[in-house]
Amino acid sequence: MSQDFVRQLPAGGFEFHRREAGIGDKIHVDATIVFLLLCISGYGLLILYSAVGQQSAPVLAQSIKLGIATVTMLIMAQIPPVVYLRFAPWLYVLGLLMLGLIYFVGFEVNGSRRWLRIPGVVNFQPSEIMKLVVPMILAWYFHDRHLPPKTRHIGWAMLMIAIPVLMIGGQPDLGTALIIGVSGLLVLFLAGISWRFVFGAISLMLVSAPALWFILRDYQRQRILTLLDPERDPLGAGWNIIQSKTAIGSGGLSGKGLFQGTQSNLDFLPESQTDFIIAVLAEELGLVGIVVLLILYLLLMGRGIIISVQAQDTFGRLLSGTITFTFFVYVFVNIGMVSGVIPVVGVPLPIVSYGGTSVLTLFAGFGMLMSIHTHRRITL
Amino acid sequence: MVEPLALKDHTGESRIYVERAVLGFGLLILLTLFLVGRLFYLQIVQHDVYTTLSDKNRIQVQSLPPIRGLIYDRNGELIADNIPSYNLVITQERVDDLDATLTALQQLVDLSDAEVVAFRNRMKRRQRPFESVPVLFKLSPEEIARVSVNRYSMPGVEIEAKLVRHYPRGALMAHAVGSVRRINEGDARRLDAVAYSGTDHIGKIGIERFYEPALLGKVGYQRVETDARGKVMKVIDATLPIPGEDLTLSLDSSLQQAASDALGDRRGAIVAIDPATGGILALVSKPSYDPNLFVTGIDHATYAGLRDSIDVPLFNRALQGQYEPGSTIKPLIGLTGLVTGTVTEEATIEDPGWFRLPNDSRLHRDWNWTKSGLGGHGTVNIRKAIYRSCNVYFYTLAVQLGIDRIHDHLALFGFGRNTALDLPEARSGLLPSRAWKEEVRGVTWYPGDTVNIGIGQGDMLVTPLQLATAVAVIANRGKWVAPRMLMQENELLKAAAKRTPPDIDRVPDHVWDLIIESMEMVVHRGNQGYGENGTAWAYIGRGLEYRMAGKSGTAQVVGIRQGEEYDEDELEERQRKHAWFVAFAPVDNPQIAVAVLLENGGGGSAIASPVARTVLDHYLLDPRHRVASAAVNR
Repeated sequence: MSQDFVRQLPAGGFEFHRREAGIGDKIHVDATIVFLLLCISGYGLLILYSAVGQQSAPVLAQSIKLGIATVTMLIMAQIPPVVYLRFAPWLYVLGLLMLGLIYFVGFEVNGSRRWLRIPGVVNFQPSEIMKLVVPMILAWYFHDRHLPPKTRHIGWAMLMIAIPVLMIGGQPDLGTALIIGVSGLLVLFLAGISWRFVFGAISLMLVSAPALWFILRDYQRQRILTLLDPERDPLGAGWNIIQSKTAIGSGGLSGKGLFQGTQSNLDFLPESQTDFIIAVLAEELGLVGIVVLLILYLLLMGRGIIISVQAQDTFGRLLSGTITFTFFVYVFVNIGMVSGVIPVVGVPLPIVSYGGTSVLTLFAGFGMLMSIHTHRRITL
Repeated sequence: MVEPLALKDHTGESRIYVERAVLGFGLLILLTLFLVGRLFYLQIVQHDVYTTLSDKNRIQVQSLPPIRGLIYDRNGELIADNIPSYNLVITQERVDDLDATLTALQQLVDLSDAEVVAFRNRMKRRQRPFESVPVLFKLSPEEIARVSVNRYSMPGVEIEAKLVRHYPRGALMAHAVGSVRRINEGDARRLDAVAYSGTDHIGKIGIERFYEPALLGKVGYQRVETDARGKVMKVIDATLPIPGEDLTLSLDSSLQQAASDALGDRRGAIVAIDPATGGILALVSKPSYDPNLFVTGIDHATYAGLRDSIDVPLFNRALQGQYEPGSTIKPLIGLTGLVTGTVTEEATIEDPGWFRLPNDSRLHRDWNWTKSGLGGHGTVNIRKAIYRSCNVYFYTLAVQLGIDRIHDHLALFGFGRNTALDLPEARSGLLPSRAWKEEVRGVTWYPGDTVNIGIGQGDMLVTPLQLATAVAVIANRGKWVAPRMLMQENELLKAAAKRTPPDIDRVPDHVWDLIIESMEMVVHRGNQGYGENGTAWAYIGRGLEYRMAGKSGTAQVVGIRQGEEYDEDELEERQRKHAWFVAFAPVDNPQIAVAVLLENGGGGSAIASPVARTVLDHYLLDPRHRVASAAVNR
């Protein structure tokens, strides 16, 4: 660490942009991020209120979850990044142990084992924790190493990604496994692996895509076929995608009006509170309503990227950058799936979809982001 | 491998990161724009398409089927009604396990495997989720109870009520009124899908068929907003259906019952007509069937039983049964003779019991001919020829008239053509002519053919309805009334009425008098000693409170070979002759004309005439009917 400190003294590319430590830094809060999260949460609650048929109970429940997530975020922000750095390997090992434990004591929901239950205390998905831990362990791994990473290090990093991804994929929870895998690869990308690797990996994926078809389970193949032609089973597998596209398309430019969406209010739209909630927004507030949400998301991610660029060490940079780009993966996959450009995988729309787990993980990530930004050595 | 340098190049790493982060952010914006592009395509470019889909989802046009018109008899008694029928329906989306549910239902109700297959086919054709599909029609109260009790264990199974046709008098009216049937795929292709949307049944036979456009009514619509489970949230707008027109028939249920009772279990037909209007008072064909069986779909075994029965209960003998008229034609042959001046009232012949054409060996026997040579009616004039039903007189007369004149005069009374106005199943019979024989048989007309026509045998065929109509025209002294079921006015009826034959004006009054008087003698001339009484007098002539004109007839089923004794007992029952009796009454003010046919009944006078009298007695003597018919005639 001291070496880092010494090497840092000649001002780096962005070090000239030195700020005064404001009130936000003192309480470890980034006002921009908190403000944008509040905006998105509020907007999300409004859409949720419509999606549940204007009942207040679910909105209240979601507000409480958002509140808990916010508190978690603020607590996470108080912990200095160096603690995260130190605990990253332990968290990683703990996460793997829990994933392993699932195979013995995890309980099954809808044919897959994802949950650990401590009776009377809590039920949770270890895979959810791994969404943060995998970027952390990789950031930890590259923190002390020269970048761009050497091939050998890339190999180890890939192994660190592959172990949890395969364990989660075997639950089976392909959606989460893919997201975690992608977040790991994002760390590699941001760490500066050479373009040879990037394009090599992309071409390898394209080539192996047909082979992948035979690895997929039957229901997964069905999802792809349904994406290509929803009308092959309009009342069954194709129903969700046909109805969500209908909801989006019928919304038009400015929508049918808040609470006036027929697709959602008359229950034609499935999962309208969770994974498909963007269709409710699209139906009631139209393209304009979606663009507003996308702008909020872009601002949030832009802020995340600025924070990562300003981060003072490799760990902070890679971790905050990965958290930000992973956030976008959620946004893209969810909207892409609901609007019928990628197969249906169970990915919620960040912050807006009903449910506590995803919000908690996301907010915890933003807590780390704020921690990285506000625990600056210069202020020590 | 040795690390070249332990120190990290922070500036360089930072630069690499910034480079990657900016690139990543650029990609992120590109992908976001791609999503916006996709949404733009769905929401702006394809907006109309999806708006239509959304409205189609939400707005259902429900047809409101009209209530089918009711059918009453002349006294206001309900003949065809609409009653609720309870169907078992399944909504697939609410069912956990369809196969298990169907198996469970088969334990509860009488549901055959064939019906399950039909149900699955209907299920495939449904239009939207949460649409219920019928499994079984017309549940019995017991089945309803059993299903209701077990419904908690079978989600998605429901009992639905619909109005369907019901014939309270069942088999009694089947042949008179006809019936509706469930619309099948063939009908569906032919029918106006709009007019019949929501309607499951269509008139297939009889009155139900002929007046289908009037009975159907006009379909109504409502546009409703439904949720995804098909639950109606609100009615957007509605056009109410217009119920079908109620029909009143000239039929008299009580007379119909009396006629049916008079036939009993025997095969045959009775048609009674009001000579003043042509209105049909009774139309019975036996055996009959319960038309209610067909309304909601008959099971195959029952249907096969009806279809293949040797007694052909589905066959309407009154309208479609074509038989030789036998001696019932004699009054009209006599009328032809008098009108054409071929015979006179006083002219007589000597009847030895047989007739033979010049240069022909074939012996045409009289009905009382015997081998011993003691048969024959002696000296016979036209009156006696009719009241004794003398064959030889009419053999002789027919030969003198020739087939052309016989054909032309019988045609005036509606033979060989269908004069029924609103009875779609009625048939034309057959009135032979030279042209017909040459065309159909390819043989020229022989004088021997004419001899047989003289006593209503040979090729001539009539239906009971045709014969009853001809008797009504005789009762009217030539004024034509076409037979009709409907008592009220109707456009369809008016159109059909244009086909009514012209009144018969070439018959002088004294000829009508003579013919009707002779027919009266068939019934009333009695106590004159052997061989002098009217043929029906012994059976019905005594104790009559009104004057009746009638004529018996016997139609051949199997020809009797020359020189062979006719032994009724030796023939199979079904090869026996058909018995006819036609009549009208009262003679001076005819109120009812009737034709009775008993298949394989044997002699017309002995067997058929009492049936005819029962019918006339019932109509003319029951005070209620006297009042009713008098009112109608006024």
